[in-house]
Amino acid sequence: MALDARIPAGPLEQKWTKRKADMKLVNPANKRKYTIIVVGTGLAGASAAASFGELGYNVKNFCFQDTPRRAHSIAAQGGINAAKNYQNDGDSIWRLFYDTIKGGDFRAREGNVYRLAEVSNNIIDQATAQGVPFAREYGGLLANRSFGGALVSRTFYARGQTGQQLLLGAYQAQMRQVQLGKVKMFPRTEMLDLVVVDGRARGIVTRNLVTGKVESHVGDAVVLATGGYGNVYYLSTNAKGSNATAIWRAHRKGAYFANPCYTQIHPTCIPRAGEYQSKLTLMSESLRNDGRIWVPKNKGDKRPPDQIPDGDRDYYLERKYPTYGNLAPRDISSRAAKQACDAGLGVGPGGLGVYLDFSDSIQRLGKKAIAERYGNLFDMYERITGEDPYSVPMRIYPAVHYTMGGLWVDYDLMSNLPGLFVVGEANFSDHGANRLGASALMQGLADGYFVIPFTIGDYIARGGYAKIGADHAAFKDAEAAVAQRTKTFLSINGKHSVDHFHKALGDVMWEQVGMARTKESLEKALKVIPELKAQFWKDVRVPGSGAEFNQEIEKAGRLADFFELAELLALDALQRNESCGGHFRGEYQTEEGEAKRNDDEYAYAAAWEWKGEGQPWVLNKEPLVFENIHLQTRSYK
Amino acid sequence: MRLTLEIWRQKNGNEAGRFVRYDMEDVDHHMSFLEMLDVLNQRLIAKGEEPVAFDSDCREGICGMCGFVINGRPHGDQPLTTVCQLHMRFFHDGQMLRLEPFRAKAFPIVRDLAIDRSALDRVIMAGGYVSVNTGGPRDANDILVPKTSSDLAMDAAACIGCGACVAACPNASASLFTGAKISHLGLLPQGQPELHLRALSMAQQNMTEGFGSCTVIGECAESCPKGIKLEVIARMNRNYLGGSFAYREQASGGGAG
Repeated sequence: MALDARIPAGPLEQKWTKRKADMKLVNPANKRKYTIIVVGTGLAGASAAASFGELGYNVKNFCFQDTPRRAHSIAAQGGINAAKNYQNDGDSIWRLFYDTIKGGDFRAREGNVYRLAEVSNNIIDQATAQGVPFAREYGGLLANRSFGGALVSRTFYARGQTGQQLLLGAYQAQMRQVQLGKVKMFPRTEMLDLVVVDGRARGIVTRNLVTGKVESHVGDAVVLATGGYGNVYYLSTNAKGSNATAIWRAHRKGAYFANPCYTQIHPTCIPRAGEYQSKLTLMSESLRNDGRIWVPKNKGDKRPPDQIPDGDRDYYLERKYPTYGNLAPRDISSRAAKQACDAGLGVGPGGLGVYLDFSDSIQRLGKKAIAERYGNLFDMYERITGEDPYSVPMRIYPAVHYTMGGLWVDYDLMSNLPGLFVVGEANFSDHGANRLGASALMQGLADGYFVIPFTIGDYIARGGYAKIGADHAAFKDAEAAVAQRTKTFLSINGKHSVDHFHKALGDVMWEQVGMARTKESLEKALKVIPELKAQFWKDVRVPGSGAEFNQEIEKAGRLADFFELAELLALDALQRNESCGGHFRGEYQTEEGEAKRNDDEYAYAAAWEWKGEGQPWVLNKEPLVFENIHLQTRSYK
Repeated sequence: MRLTLEIWRQKNGNEAGRFVRYDMEDVDHHMSFLEMLDVLNQRLIAKGEEPVAFDSDCREGICGMCGFVINGRPHGDQPLTTVCQLHMRFFHDGQMLRLEPFRAKAFPIVRDLAIDRSALDRVIMAGGYVSVNTGGPRDANDILVPKTSSDLAMDAAACIGCGACVAACPNASASLFTGAKISHLGLLPQGQPELHLRALSMAQQNMTEGFGSCTVIGECAESCPKGIKLEVIARMNRNYLGGSFAYREQASGGGAG
């Protein structure tokens, strides 16, 4: 089936204006009669909840953390892009649009991305008005920096804590609506099912994580803002609690899952130190501006780095990509690091690391200059590893960072299930096959502040659905299923913990479905993942009871969903016989090791349809139409 | 290295708690403190016991979800460090560590080391924002903010809402937390219209929640993982005092006659 994204016709610059003009509006006096359910409180969820409350809707807002301010948007460091052109360096909405499409390796929709660039400026205005302390110049104007290889300075930032400050701005707006009685917060509450009535999303079933109580919530529309699924790899830069359960439950209820294989791997993370490693920490990519990446030339060279002479070092990025060198794009640097380690040249515990060496820069610029640029990052590195990067080269290794795939949505950010909207990293819409630096914050807030408050009004105003209560059979059935699942976890009483299985899944995903995939590795994954899943359901041990604060039950439910998502991820990677953005297939590369796209056959979004337990997924395709830009092949040689 | 842990175990808010002793035989120096507890929990599960409940999420020191008291110090005794960023190399073989939740009347215990900090959300709800709806704002560069104000505001805005300041304070006061938000917004032009009302409402909410008063002991700033300075409390007090003069009962609408 070909999917229709309902992108308005007409010139690119007019599409959003036209769509807004065509929307039906809800009478202001009637808004209080409608309830919108928002799951998630990150940038997209908090900004949507606050904006709905301001408009007059009743909002029920859910998060699994103890307070909405913990959502993982808070950990974003770098910044947020906007096409303000404050620096007079030739930026424009068009250029931001073009860079985003190109960065996504031509696998995103023109219409959505143009709108994203268009509203980017409103975000900066909104956040500033809220009191977000963006960096300033001495004259009092906003400061910008260039980020992630962009040729213009369009990134706004608040020290290294831009995500934190933008999230707190949205959180404060949301708390104001809680105080005004328009938003009701449900912290420590996890969505465990989506309820569909007459083909429309009408509510959710949740579990109170403190008491274990299972409850239904009915609404006129449901918004999922639950983030990405990077933790399917076990180790990633995501928060420990980040999970795919909300979107996966919705997928099982009929929402299409698009492009799951597009995963972004970040080249500069602190390597894992041992078996017990629980998560990976990102080090800003800016370090590559002054650090040189190398590994020993000879296998088994155990000398300390300062005793390995230049002749015995392989500065592999400089060697392979002389023009860009250590600044080669994220995916290229990541793959090159893994190749070096797989060849036995890796450094540090377990041989999973490469050196990022600042000694040349320190010699050239002085220690003080380096400290000014990277002092806080060097401190962070030392706190975690106990090594001083001023005197010993840093060790870095790639890690899963962001997932571009997610639930399929149309131009209005509505999934194929009417009434189910998906925003932020949880949807698949704007980044194509790869996301540019400083664009995640932009998309989350664009969706929540400036897109969905309009589009959801249109959906509600068009009405056509019956008034129902939580006593509806569909809710009762979903409640029973949720309660039963918890019981099942508790009754298995096997030998291994949830973490044991999650680590095993992570190993398979990283090795077979990681940054370089082949037909062979993917077929292997598709064989091993279901076996692991079966073992999990037979042999997991979840202690305690379901009627209490029980973190093992939370983890078990999330992992059970990750197993299914992992299989779809591998399947999607297998069907995409090309390399593009965050999806690299070993069979499809140029002689220089560059990703080789196949625009003739794969310029589409893959939207997978769940057909039931044990049934194969059905692939629906949304063809990507490029009317305004010319598809190009990149070269970083 | 070997460590002895004494951990506060409490099934829920209604039942009594107690310290339980656990011996850790082979703690790796490179582990983070929470990874050490992960390892303990895996062992407890293998033995058929219930794992120790503790909160954490980002494990990068920014979300503010983790935090408990180690030997009397919130987040342990390393400066400017949340417990998720505290590594075992700072401890030595044979050490005895006593872990207990952040204790305050306003922070009910959920289970073991996990607590309910929603009181801090309610303090923000009382006025920790600029009242501006989505939509209307003017161009961001129309608001000029002196770099020094912006930097000071950012220093205060760095608060992660972990609650260590409350746990460290002998009065269980949330003044550092509240002062940080009042300073962040009060140092910026955007925060001026609500400067006084904000301080009055947030202070009132502190009392309602059962947080204690500030007697400027300074333990809060000592234990703050983000280095929030005591001066934010002075700024809060100044705004509160100003508010006490500026704010009166609203004059009645109708005129005489």
